[in-house]
Amino acid sequence: MLTQQIVNGLALGAIYALIALGYTLVYGILAMINFAHSEVLMLGSFAALGLAAFAPAAFGTGPLALAGLFAAGMLAAGALNAFIERFAYRPLRAVSRLAPLISAIGVSIILQNAVFLWVSDQSVAFPQPIAIRQIPLFGGAQISSLQAVTLAAALILMALLHFVVEKTRIGKAMRACADDLEAAGLMGVDADVVIAATFFIGGALGGAAGVLYSMSYGSTKYNLGFLPGAKAFTAAVLGGIGNVRGAVLGGFILGFLEVLAAGYIPNGAQWRDVIAFSVLILVLLVRPSGLLGEKLAEKV
Amino acid sequence: MKGLLHSRRTQWVLLAAALSLPFLARALEFSFLTRVGGVVGLLMLLSLGLNVTLGYVGLFDLGFIAFYAVGAYATAILMRAHVAAPLAVLLAVALTVLIRFLLGLTILRLRGDYLAVVTMGFGEIARLTFNNLDALTNGPKGLQVRPWRPLAFLGAWKPLEFVRKESNVQFYFLIVAAVFLAAEASRRLEDSRVGRAWVAIREDEVAARLSGIPVREYKLLAFTLSAVFAGLAGALFALWDQFVTPESFIFWESILLVAIVVLGGMGSIAGVLLGALILGGIPLLMEATLSPQWIDYRYLFFGVILVLMTLFRPQGLLPSARREAELSS
Repeated sequence: MLTQQIVNGLALGAIYALIALGYTLVYGILAMINFAHSEVLMLGSFAALGLAAFAPAAFGTGPLALAGLFAAGMLAAGALNAFIERFAYRPLRAVSRLAPLISAIGVSIILQNAVFLWVSDQSVAFPQPIAIRQIPLFGGAQISSLQAVTLAAALILMALLHFVVEKTRIGKAMRACADDLEAAGLMGVDADVVIAATFFIGGALGGAAGVLYSMSYGSTKYNLGFLPGAKAFTAAVLGGIGNVRGAVLGGFILGFLEVLAAGYIPNGAQWRDVIAFSVLILVLLVRPSGLLGEKLAEKV
Repeated sequence: MKGLLHSRRTQWVLLAAALSLPFLARALEFSFLTRVGGVVGLLMLLSLGLNVTLGYVGLFDLGFIAFYAVGAYATAILMRAHVAAPLAVLLAVALTVLIRFLLGLTILRLRGDYLAVVTMGFGEIARLTFNNLDALTNGPKGLQVRPWRPLAFLGAWKPLEFVRKESNVQFYFLIVAAVFLAAEASRRLEDSRVGRAWVAIREDEVAARLSGIPVREYKLLAFTLSAVFAGLAGALFALWDQFVTPESFIFWESILLVAIVVLGGMGSIAGVLLGALILGGIPLLMEATLSPQWIDYRYLFFGVILVLMTLFRPQGLLPSARREAELSS
């Protein structure tokens, strides 16, 4: 029973972690909560759906379909996120800290309603590219093929992100900008390019999460992003926002919390989110910058 | 323009204009207008409340609507327990203030966006609790509140006879009075020693502390005081609508309030009122006036307006004079 819950928690947590990374990457550099991120992941799932609808023969089932859905979702979400940054956030970057937040809210409303009006106001069936079956694990627990794909995809993407951030030139530039945007600019780092790249990478991870999330529910909807988006944001903060490892840790913790609350507490499903948020508040009261967040002096 | 905004006379002219709305609505046979006015008025009240924490002190609160909910639910539950309406309002406001005080006591040492997330979490906890505590709140089905007609006596006077039956008009007048008082209270706070301390904290907490301002106490004071506005708005809402459900208190409402304060102009009373009028009034007026073909587009338009307003007036529609001086220097 407990092993089973751990498997479920891992699969759910992996999705939250991917989304949380999108929040934390952006926050790390701009100290901005990207409120439109939940819509970016929703549009990622719709882009994947569009590809499957456009070429059902090639992208209906099988590993190619799986790869195609991910590619479409990630590219579309990444490009969209970078596009939003260019037109809705960049002009406000120097003005104030709260202004981009409000335009992010506006963008989020626009995106949701655009899908609501021009695509569908109902749930739409999402393609199921792999056959669902249960793979037995030790201790009587099972992992579904979908959960296995989710975990594998999330781990691959996280490894990829780690590689990009730690080993590549753009990753170095990203870390420099996160450290001190102004100083990085003075050292010849093109902040605009780095920020655009950060938004693209964060959006792409969100797009992958959107595809995984809608695959696990078998459907997608115009407001699909809101709930996982809000929770992943919580996860990012729990881990210490701006901290990449913290986002992953927070995502998995939140996934476990939810699954365990639903499994072990009477009426747990109903109180699941209350428990998750209460834990968040308690953790922040003990560690005001999150679990792995650095204790920074307030910038003066 | 600036002089006009801050003149005492402007205030009375605006009050008179606001009070004449129901008569205008009656003359135009467009009674929905009064309802829109009331809804916008409640938003103004809430935004003035959030303005005290977010606008003056810069405490980023993403769960302000929770206290609107506490005020509304407390009023509804007290009314069902046959408490007299005015007393129910008083108790509801007191309870709202108490809860916010206790919350502030625990969470105000968090900074910036961490505070935002914790308040967001609290907002969701409050909504889900109201949703799940069936015994007290009747869950998602909501609570019915017995009718209360506060200004029925006005009907005794001939020209106001129509007011007797119209609860919309009666509550509209009450709400206008509450907004007027809230704006007046905000203005007095702003110009006081306390208000100056708040702004000092917003602009530079370290410098404020070094100047001898007890930062913790002043933050807690602002955080707690804002609950008066929220609790009162909630109580009026419950009595007016006679129906309270968790659905009225979703996260989106908290976000809307933040947008109103930021786009109106942080710390600017006139700005916040104008922000509430525009951001609160636009969707409602579109709902009433757009042709069926376009009505579904109203939120899309709203999103576009929000983005454009931010891009063109990032400092807010009517930034406070003090803040503008700082930003331009």
